[in-house]
Amino acid sequence: MSTESLPTTPDAASNAPVISGAEAVVRTLELIGVTDVFGLPGGAILPVYDPLMDSKKLRHILVRHEQGAGHAAQGYASSTGKTGVCIATSGPGATNLVTAIADAYMDSVPLLAITGQVFSHLMGTDAFQEADIVGITMPITKHSFLVTKAEDIPATIAAAYHIASTGRPGPVLVDITKDAQQALAPFIWPATLDLPGYRPVTKAHGKQIQAAADLIVEAKKPVFYVGGGIIRSGASKELLELVNLVGAPVVTTLMARGAFPDSHENNLGMPGMHGTVPAVLALQESDLLITLGARFDDRVTGKASLFAPNAKVIHVDIDPAEIGKIRAAEVPIVGDLKDVIADLIETYKATPAAKSADFTEWWSTLNSLRKEYPLGYSEPTDGLLAPQHIITRIGELSGPEAIYASGVGQHQMWAAQFIKYERPNAWLNSGGAGTMGYSVPAAMGAKVAEPDRVVWAIDGDGCFQMTNQELATCTINNIPIKVAIINNSSLGMVRQWQTLFYDGRYSNTDLNTGHDTVRVPDFVKLADAYGALGIRVTKEEEIDAAIKLALETNDRPVVIDFVVSADSMVWPMVPQGVSNSYVQYARDHAPTWDTDE
Amino acid sequence: MSTHILSLLVEDKPGLLTRVAGLFARRGFNIESLAVGHSEIEGLSRITVVVDVENLPLEQITKQLNKLVNVIKIVELDPEQSVAREHMLIKVRVDNSTRSQVLEAVSLFRASVVDVAADALVIEVTGNSAKIAAFLKLLEPYGIKELAQSGLLAIGRGSKSITERVFKN
Repeated sequence: MSTESLPTTPDAASNAPVISGAEAVVRTLELIGVTDVFGLPGGAILPVYDPLMDSKKLRHILVRHEQGAGHAAQGYASSTGKTGVCIATSGPGATNLVTAIADAYMDSVPLLAITGQVFSHLMGTDAFQEADIVGITMPITKHSFLVTKAEDIPATIAAAYHIASTGRPGPVLVDITKDAQQALAPFIWPATLDLPGYRPVTKAHGKQIQAAADLIVEAKKPVFYVGGGIIRSGASKELLELVNLVGAPVVTTLMARGAFPDSHENNLGMPGMHGTVPAVLALQESDLLITLGARFDDRVTGKASLFAPNAKVIHVDIDPAEIGKIRAAEVPIVGDLKDVIADLIETYKATPAAKSADFTEWWSTLNSLRKEYPLGYSEPTDGLLAPQHIITRIGELSGPEAIYASGVGQHQMWAAQFIKYERPNAWLNSGGAGTMGYSVPAAMGAKVAEPDRVVWAIDGDGCFQMTNQELATCTINNIPIKVAIINNSSLGMVRQWQTLFYDGRYSNTDLNTGHDTVRVPDFVKLADAYGALGIRVTKEEEIDAAIKLALETNDRPVVIDFVVSADSMVWPMVPQGVSNSYVQYARDHAPTWDTDE
Repeated sequence: MSTHILSLLVEDKPGLLTRVAGLFARRGFNIESLAVGHSEIEGLSRITVVVDVENLPLEQITKQLNKLVNVIKIVELDPEQSVAREHMLIKVRVDNSTRSQVLEAVSLFRASVVDVAADALVIEVTGNSAKIAAFLKLLEPYGIKELAQSGLLAIGRGSKSITERVFKN
């Protein structure tokens, strides 16, 4: 059933304006409501770029590398909940999007990727700039389309946008041959979606909701295990109401930072490999995990077979395949969290025993853990700056209304730990894929989407060097992001593992960008070359002034080179492959905790 | 080994088979057999797949398959409530002393000879997996020169159809 057989009346077809496929791409995006796209032209997508130039509704931002377009579209999406759109040409243009598409797939980011493809009669001949991008991206897209006829363009892009943005969001790719872009066809709108195999479940079964309420009422040590699904669903308000009603503790995963306010007394912080001790042990000792849009990722569970051994599981997710994938659920609920939580609130209120639920004992255990093991860090002994302090100050001086996009590694963990998040869509990061280089382009996309917000890229010196060319895009298009390079002159997280697990043998982790090195590149000079304000901070007393200067500077991007100690490590930490009961608060310092209980 | 027969109703789109096969490969699901062909409705194909679920629950396989946008319906066929057949072409070595014995086996198994040469026969046989295995065992001593086998085909007993279940609404 191709889109050729769409049930359109002869009238609609004969009255429809006849336009080129390229014009149809632009017009369809406009009609869907897209206002910003990130991309870079090339031979096979050239036809689309011509009408794009005349569009009054679409702002196209010319990036310097297609990976930047992909991450910018992700940042755009993650900061707003809207679907991000990126465009690239065939072959290398398309393959440069692959990392961002994979990233969006892992983190369920609504992303529409449009790529040009060589002429359909050249496909399969190893033509210039030909790559089978539909084939390449099959494992990392929610769905993908190849369009070879101009008349199929409106319905295909509409379907792709629909798939990307509904159900469990994700990336969808539309690959359009150059001849389809050039050919003329009637433009029929609205397009009829023909997706008989795509029916996401959003409304959960009432019986399951009651079963969940009953389990919560019976529990002595429940924990809300909150994942990124809350943010994608836009269910933070409902979650807050539910938590206030039930009174149980909350942990927010790396993808869920900000889904529930950090200032709320029930929030124990982030669980997982670098989670807070109270969050890690609350899950571990719990008798009921109220799992909301989380997927039992190995970075959260540690050794899965030893994770939360005494807990029953309520698992709510819009993707049925997540339920039971890693951990069996006593109460599986498939649905949109926003609706499910609203239903659960009503059902819980109507459950008589709910009033007698008492978690006093549980809270007293958790509160003593909180008191004994707060998030903290030790000052570096080499006299260089503590990265945790810098990140804390960025968060405090910029506030919860700002957006923070991080790269991947130590600085990402510190940014997840030491910035206090009060609202969803304020924290952007590459959680599942762990893509170094995400930060600068994602921050750029977020700033395009939310121009009135302060947008920080919290980056590492390694990550920054992967995608910093987008600073040119930012300067030229007046996208004044602020970049904080946590410059420890090394691939810090890898170095940390080398310190802990490879006897301090630092194989290929030294980047020579920091203190006492040749400083290649010199980040301040590099910022200057890109037309950004570059600042170097090496002393504690300079930190606040630099951050304030960055916050005041809005006529160009700002890059602060924070020269920090390479010896700072991320704590707490659960070593890979063991039970979370072995969480280390600091090096060789495990909490006293009765794991036999 | 624990196997299940799944019948998939899918949209007949380019790359569909790659999507299904790729999913099996990357999620570590084992395919025992796969058969693809048109269904009774134009534009829809039917895939019969036999999966080995020793290491993974069947549920996870069907859920992941269901996420493929072009997969419309998945039904597990209960061996008791369905008919399953395999189809095989076998080239077996014969000479004057063995030909009649082989022909007798062909007759006993209700197979048929579709090509004759001086020193070989091509035999066509249809049946369930057990019958085919027994037939092959019987022919083995004569020398099997070549063998081509279809995936398992299966369909539910009775009057109901998968497509009815999908399109009744």
